[in-house]
Amino acid sequence: MRHIIAVLLENEAGALSRVAGLFSARGYNIESLTVAPTDDPTLSRMTLVTTGNDEIVEQIKKQLNKLIDTVKLLDLSEGPHIEREMMLVKVRAERQDREELKRLTEIFRAKIIDVTDTSYVVELTGASKKLDAFIDAVPEGLIIEVVRSGPTGIARGEKGLSL
Amino acid sequence: MALTEAQPEDTNVAAKELSGAEIVIEALIDEGVEYVFGYPGGAVLHIYDALFKRGSLKHILVRHEQAAAHAADGYARATGHCGVCLVTSGPGATNAVTGIATAYMDSIPMVILTGQVPTPVIGSDAFQEVDTVGITRPCVKHNFLVKDVKDLAITIRKAFYIATTGRPGPVVVDIPKDVTDPGIKIPYVYPREIKMRSYSPVEKGHHGQIKRAVDLMLQAKRPVFYTGGGVVLGEGSAQLTELVRTTGFPITSTLMGLGAYPMTDPQFLGMLGMHGTYEANMAMHETDVLIAVGARFDDRVTGKIEHFCPHAQIVHIDVDPSSIAKNVKVDIPIVGQVASVLADMLRLYQERKPKSSESPVADWWTKIAQWRGVECLKYDGSGPAIKPQFAVETLYKVTKGELYLASDVGQHQMFAAQFYPFDQPRRWINSGGLGTMGYGLPAAIGAQLAYPDAQVACITGDASILMCIQELATCQQYQLPIKVLLLNNGYMGMVRQWQELFYESRYSHSYVDALPDFVKLSESFGHVGMRIERPEDLEDAMREAFAMKDRFVFMDVIVDPTENVYPMIAAGKGHHEMHLSPSLSDRELA
Repeated sequence: MRHIIAVLLENEAGALSRVAGLFSARGYNIESLTVAPTDDPTLSRMTLVTTGNDEIVEQIKKQLNKLIDTVKLLDLSEGPHIEREMMLVKVRAERQDREELKRLTEIFRAKIIDVTDTSYVVELTGASKKLDAFIDAVPEGLIIEVVRSGPTGIARGEKGLSL
Repeated sequence: MALTEAQPEDTNVAAKELSGAEIVIEALIDEGVEYVFGYPGGAVLHIYDALFKRGSLKHILVRHEQAAAHAADGYARATGHCGVCLVTSGPGATNAVTGIATAYMDSIPMVILTGQVPTPVIGSDAFQEVDTVGITRPCVKHNFLVKDVKDLAITIRKAFYIATTGRPGPVVVDIPKDVTDPGIKIPYVYPREIKMRSYSPVEKGHHGQIKRAVDLMLQAKRPVFYTGGGVVLGEGSAQLTELVRTTGFPITSTLMGLGAYPMTDPQFLGMLGMHGTYEANMAMHETDVLIAVGARFDDRVTGKIEHFCPHAQIVHIDVDPSSIAKNVKVDIPIVGQVASVLADMLRLYQERKPKSSESPVADWWTKIAQWRGVECLKYDGSGPAIKPQFAVETLYKVTKGELYLASDVGQHQMFAAQFYPFDQPRRWINSGGLGTMGYGLPAAIGAQLAYPDAQVACITGDASILMCIQELATCQQYQLPIKVLLLNNGYMGMVRQWQELFYESRYSHSYVDALPDFVKLSESFGHVGMRIERPEDLEDAMREAFAMKDRFVFMDVIVDPTENVYPMIAAGKGHHEMHLSPSLSDRELA
């Protein structure tokens, strides 16, 4: 099963490699990992997406908690939560394709943020599945480049993952 | 690392102005460090100079950085205090890695100070530069790179705090040379109290869980305690012994836990696992309530997981939540310090135990007595060659079981675990998790320094001993009266045994050709060497060796090269599928 896990880490050199090293050393799956400092500059927040059966995910959470740099951890998948991923897509946009791509962008509530005679860059934010759907919807052969941030997430309701 | 660190207790005292190098030495003294095991080199020269000038901190010069780590580890296992070593950058650090990994696998509290190239040249492939923090990351509890002298004292304090609390482990502090510059002095106050928001080890176990465990124990028909190194590390030996005696349940131990419960006690079934006793492994197979204490369900213990304790409900007490349900699902997990949890358990058990004088586990002991009747450790000692088992039995007889016994890795290690029953914790010092050949001699150095008046021995094999043989020089320099018992069979015995049993006796490179004359070798280092070839000479020779209270004695005991360690559970088999010694297996099993 897919889990999305949020981790508050000490904002220290090497904290990210401890997490990455843990996943490779113990053979855990990792689909994506994003990390950035928070409003508190001494803390980083990491969001990682992993898959595994219940025992493996439980062990992943324990091992993450065991890292000295880990301050707090929350498995967002255990409750109602919101996930967002950002994607930039560069597409070949020539003649008749230009209108079609523009319509598609509107349907997905995406934005065109760079335009040349032959290309667009489209920015799209949403759940990862929506991003997948956009890629599927772009006519075959038009995609030049796809950049995805990997999902980040937050729990619904007033409770927050903070100190 | 951001943290809410306490301020120095008394800010009125004017802080001393010290250089980074002096801070390192002063911090170690303030930590109460007794010995530093180390080897100098370019990146740590400032520190060694400060050590020289300060005078009062004892430094033990080893002959290879691997031995510095093993000696600090042996010291830590024998005493329960944090071991400390100091090595230089690059090869100094990489040489220490085997020792660090050894300590990590067995959760030994250690602080390893490594020199690093100066901060301005980090990353430039400077002379003797390696990414020590990167290399050691997977085999430490935590590590630090100190980039500013102002962070040095607090980082060393944190290193000791992390190494010695919770589930202990090695912590590396990597110190670039410019951070120890004798020309830059800053005020020094050692932070006594420390709190880290990201690290708070658990102390007491959950009361409700402990109560459930006791309920289960009260209903048990065929209970077994299965205890590991965590009982030794967590100083839970007294609490364990009292609880086991109060319940009247049988107890078995892992290799790492030996001595936490007196091994000569009738309730003790012997070690379990791959080379465990028949009665211990059969009890594991048949048990209905397994109480695991400070043990981690290692593959050498469980055998094939699918066959592990098929009838049991399992209670697991451990200070590290990630140890619980890692390999085996448990029914009642209890996270906490073993000493505290066992004390709580005992209190509850005593309140609620049945008043009747009849033992609820009498039938279970009858069954165990039948298994014991197999006498699985029996060996055929009738031939002219010295049997390794006989050598260990003689060692026990001569030393009355009072040794601090460091071991290398292989057959001799298993024979020692089977035939030298320890009645106290911290006496049995061996590399269980990593299985590091070469561990024994330097570990014995650490133990002997910790207890100068105690009898310390190293049991070893002809392959293992050569992996850290250079430490004979260290033993000479510090006049350490260690006794080495070499069970010399001319083979890597355990490799040879596996090749015999699982590779149709194709002894691929397990024969140790061109062994040195160990007597002359020892003598050349200024020690006493002995060679013993006949069973009838063994006891007298050992008595003679141990009578030399102030000499290092190397006993080269020539043993039967064909002897194997039994019982044995082959990899991938269950506890009930033991191989017994061929001389036993034609007998009817109970």
